[in-house]
Amino acid sequence: MVRRKPKIAVYKFASCDGCQLSVLDLEDELLSIAENFEIAYFLEASRAVVKGPYDIGLVEGSITTPHDAELIKEIRKNCKVLITIGACATAGGIQALRNWRGSAEFMKYVYATPEYIETLDKSTPISDHVPVDFELRGCPINKYQLLEVMSAFLAGRAPNIPNQSVCVECKLRGTVCIVVAQGVPCLGPVTHAGCGAICPAYGRGCYGCYGPKESLNTNALMKRFLELGRSREEVVMSFRLFNAWAPGFREVEAKP
Amino acid sequence: MGASFESEKTCNYFLDPQGFEELILALRGHGYVVYGPVVRDGAIVYDEVESASQLPVGMRDRQGPGYYRLEERGDRAFFGFVVGPHSWKKFLYPPRVKLLTVSKKGEVTLNNGEERKMAFIGVRGCELAAIDVLDRVLLKGPYIDPIYAARKKSLFVVAVNCTEPGENCFCASMGTGPEAKTGYDISLTEVVGDGVHYFVARAGSDEGLSLLKRIGAREATREEVSRAEEKMEESQKSFRKKLNVNGLKELLYRNIESPVYAEVAERCLACTNCTMVCPTCFCTTVEEVTSLNGDVAERWRRWDSCFNLDFSYIHGGSIRSSRLSRYRQWLTHKLATWVDQFGVMGCVGCGRCITWCPVGIDITEEAEKIRRAEVEVAAK
Repeated sequence: MVRRKPKIAVYKFASCDGCQLSVLDLEDELLSIAENFEIAYFLEASRAVVKGPYDIGLVEGSITTPHDAELIKEIRKNCKVLITIGACATAGGIQALRNWRGSAEFMKYVYATPEYIETLDKSTPISDHVPVDFELRGCPINKYQLLEVMSAFLAGRAPNIPNQSVCVECKLRGTVCIVVAQGVPCLGPVTHAGCGAICPAYGRGCYGCYGPKESLNTNALMKRFLELGRSREEVVMSFRLFNAWAPGFREVEAKP
Repeated sequence: MGASFESEKTCNYFLDPQGFEELILALRGHGYVVYGPVVRDGAIVYDEVESASQLPVGMRDRQGPGYYRLEERGDRAFFGFVVGPHSWKKFLYPPRVKLLTVSKKGEVTLNNGEERKMAFIGVRGCELAAIDVLDRVLLKGPYIDPIYAARKKSLFVVAVNCTEPGENCFCASMGTGPEAKTGYDISLTEVVGDGVHYFVARAGSDEGLSLLKRIGAREATREEVSRAEEKMEESQKSFRKKLNVNGLKELLYRNIESPVYAEVAERCLACTNCTMVCPTCFCTTVEEVTSLNGDVAERWRRWDSCFNLDFSYIHGGSIRSSRLSRYRQWLTHKLATWVDQFGVMGCVGCGRCITWCPVGIDITEEAEKIRRAEVEVAAK
């Protein structure tokens, strides 16, 4: 008997498509992925759709409309395993900046006839709406981490996606700490690993693309950045990025 | 060690900068890959060197808690700095290493280590002590690490005595420096200034002695030696940081609930930098990965840290969920439980954890605070 290939569906909500592109960017591995999975629903790659239910649903994007909020419930019913990919689906994305202000005012500036727009007041992660089996971090995701998650699924094992700071990745690759050696503010010590510590290797502080790490200490890092000459407002703005709404980053405020 | 070595090991040799260059060339000529300090990204790190000119000539490091900067010394010193963010453990105990490969048919390929002829140039006293600590853990215990053992087997060590301790150095407190004591093939004391620039070299092994002879090093004169000795005497007196190790293990055991830990947890980022830069921290985790088609599985080992939540994960959850408990685990391991485990402290006084902590937490200060807090509590 030939084992049935697991069926994959890739969905998109409010997002830039960067994470889906990371899937397509797995050029050297795509043939092997196609040999081992049936890519059943992936509109960014093909308009051919195979009916569900699906074994794995990969979800990109955050929930921003009443329609999204209903659709994700249907998707959840249709997928045995639901995995979010990227900062939008996992934390609400850059569009969650609206969460501090509400969407009404922004719509007034952006759309000629805002009354045609139906949107929610907040951009929220998938896990606020349905149970999620695994959240893959990153803006965008690291395609090799996605491959690892998919390999782990096939083998029935836990994926190796370490819950550690970006600092560990800097040290494993031998990068000199830019906070210490150059006085550059870097979110690495409070940010979840996964990117391979790319930015510090090029002299740039970590932007926090992979969101908050566990047991993070933003107060202590904030204090250090103030010592390095940054204003409190500047430090807050550095947290208000792709993972602004993630618990841990969300609480960083201009007033202590 | 041969008879020739026994009679000549106390002999001091003279190397001028050209002679030092020949030492590197001779090592390379004997098939060694030579590693030494080089400047990269604003710091002195360890990497492969082919010539003495690649060393941080005329550079000095300024260090403080959470602070490191390079500056010009105004001379041509080869070793006018102390230790940087890298340690030799990255060559002996690599950050990532494949342990084994298994095929679906059940064929297992083990990594039993690969012997490499490596020569380290510029190993400091604290670093020799750190390698000795790793030896105790990885070679002399009940379980020998074949990867470390293979890399250690043909190691050639050129040590450098520290004539100018750095701001965060406290090796004198730990008894590991500033002079290299054992564990080297050749030790060097650099003398630079007043129109002279030379090294006083000593052999620590037969191989070291024969190499010095092969490059034609002459005996150093009494005056050349005494200038080097003066430098080392000055060095001993110029330490700014110290750690009181007197009864330290017992102190830490008595004060497991010290209020100091809660206070340091307010500042600690649990980012792991201290453990990653520590030359003796040897903790790793093991990851198993499979190919998509399931034909091959691999087991990899990589550096891990007691500051990671998952490090203390056992069935049911992680034991050390708070930053407080992780910092306490690290500090008490370095300065207390390590002694019970391996017979020496896990801290060699290199100061890396102080410099490379992004928020500048100082192990010597925290230990001292625990000492003071005990006295204060007793006074109440």
